[in-house]
Amino acid sequence: MAASISPPADLSAALVLAPSTASEWLVILPVGWCLAVGALLVMLRRSLGLQPVIAIAGLAGLVLIDGLLLERVAANGPMTMVMGRWLPPFGIAFTVDLTGALFALVAASVALAAGVFSLADINDSGRRYGFYPLLMVLMAGVSGAFLTGDIFNLYVWFEVLLISSFGLLVLGSEREQLDGTVKYGFLNLVATTLFLVATGYLYAVFGTLNMADIARKAESLRDSAPLMTLVGLYVLAFGMKAAAFPVNFWLPASYHTPRVVVSALFAGLLTKVGIYALIRVTVMLFPVEREEMSFVIALAGALTMIVGVLGALAQTDFRRILGYLIVSGIGSILAGVAVGGPGGVGGAIFYALHSMLVMTGLYFASGIAMRLGASASIVTLAGLYRRHVGFAALTLMLCFAVSGLPPFSGFWPKVMLVKAALDIGAWWLAAALLLTGFLTTIVTGRLFLFAYWREAADQSGEAVPVSAASLAPLAVLTLLALLIGLYPDPLLRAIQSAAAGLAEPSAYLNSVFPAGGSQ
Amino acid sequence: MEAWFSLLVSIFFTVAVYLLLSKFIIRVLLGVAILGNAVNLLIFTGGRLTRAVPPVIAEDADVLTGPAANALPQALILTAIVISFSFFAFLLVLAWRAYDELATDNTDEMRVAEPVNEPAPPLGY
Repeated sequence: MAASISPPADLSAALVLAPSTASEWLVILPVGWCLAVGALLVMLRRSLGLQPVIAIAGLAGLVLIDGLLLERVAANGPMTMVMGRWLPPFGIAFTVDLTGALFALVAASVALAAGVFSLADINDSGRRYGFYPLLMVLMAGVSGAFLTGDIFNLYVWFEVLLISSFGLLVLGSEREQLDGTVKYGFLNLVATTLFLVATGYLYAVFGTLNMADIARKAESLRDSAPLMTLVGLYVLAFGMKAAAFPVNFWLPASYHTPRVVVSALFAGLLTKVGIYALIRVTVMLFPVEREEMSFVIALAGALTMIVGVLGALAQTDFRRILGYLIVSGIGSILAGVAVGGPGGVGGAIFYALHSMLVMTGLYFASGIAMRLGASASIVTLAGLYRRHVGFAALTLMLCFAVSGLPPFSGFWPKVMLVKAALDIGAWWLAAALLLTGFLTTIVTGRLFLFAYWREAADQSGEAVPVSAASLAPLAVLTLLALLIGLYPDPLLRAIQSAAAGLAEPSAYLNSVFPAGGSQ
Repeated sequence: MEAWFSLLVSIFFTVAVYLLLSKFIIRVLLGVAILGNAVNLLIFTGGRLTRAVPPVIAEDADVLTGPAANALPQALILTAIVISFSFFAFLLVLAWRAYDELATDNTDEMRVAEPVNEPAPPLGY
């Protein structure tokens, strides 16, 4: 009876009728792959020997997938896949543009390096408590955040990576870790809740959660809707996730407590996801509001830089110094977001990618230094140069890179940011950037002077061997930083077109609404 | 109706923020629980409030005729409830473990990771 009264349904109004092509599946493959490998690792949780093998193979696969994705996006422009083949504003869309693909590839490379480093850092107890499954789920969350084109979905991926980061942070359950995790946990939960508040308001205003749809509707709603409030909430929420001053205190309180490889992973990935989301929302979705707020963001950025590097100057613990340096780097990225334009946004993206590689490398170095010197404090750490010259050379290169000295990867983004700041006449922002670079050089110089060049009081201690599993990822990341510094052209061009794609998202919109905006 | 709910949401947020500002983890936990519910109520209110009008399209119509509550925010809330509940459970266990190990639930006294009176960095050697 039901069949006799229902008219023939017009599916073309509700569904994408063409089946998804293989390359479209590539858009969600990073997430699906990580979850599948993570599930496999949970099933094989008793085979402790197999865990790292599968995880490293899985992460290598992820690098490959993200590389393919980047190649596709660079060649053909943004790609979209809508879950369940619903038409875009209704279905959850995964849209990957150059920015997302670049971030995803660098994140996967950092995670692969961390996977290899974990061979030397995660013991059987860590494996038994699920380090590798948590690592894969963390990567699923990170990849999902970089690739999704739906703002509520972005929130869900934030939560996925947050809950797995809790697991990783507390792995080992030492007193310090519990203390650090309490602060990390509560403050990050408040930050994601703020994100949810903003998203709730956004849905009430726009009636859509699809980012492309929001970008094209923002213009018509600008006069009637409280968009500044929305963007203010988003900036606060993402600033908190990214550890920007004055909401940065959770980071230096927790990042030095877990296993070294976990610190390294967090340094490379978590704050950068916050930065990515900030760039996506302020630059692409609400450019006019970003312009309005640029002074606030610039001020927060300058203060974050200075406070971060002054914090680093006051520390003695190797990893706590690095924690403050991450905060300081976030300030430089915020400066780029505040300045805007191709130079500012490009510089911010470049700095974020550079910071992912270099900060992870420096945390690896801190782990090796702590093993070689049997101490974490630069008061007692000494004589590392004599113990392992090659390791000392790698660390020195990373120290140069993080300070923004040529010929390493930190130099170019800093040049772009300073130039962009001077171009709009924000001389004080440029001065803050340069001052931060100078102070960072002092921080890393002092670190190197005390921990590496100073003669150890007792020279008799026998040489501790450094395993290849811990040295190789450090060397690869350092060489990448050197390579980017010496030959930045391909990356620079990719970043420039990524920044252009964010400022003028018509390609992104076309990828989501192919018919030119029928709805 | 929405105005009254907005007031209710604001009361929830006020209580949550007040509790979150406490130094004691147990109160902060209660604050987190209330904060989650405040957000859920906020999204719920944002999705339009009507009394018992099911969003069912009549047989002879193509779209919904009368006003009805939007079903999507309710789906969002469902997701948010699951997430905030699991986070609350995790943080509850974490707070218990922290209390167990650190023998305090006062965050001012939780200084294991960042000890007070640390020596200043050396000035020379």
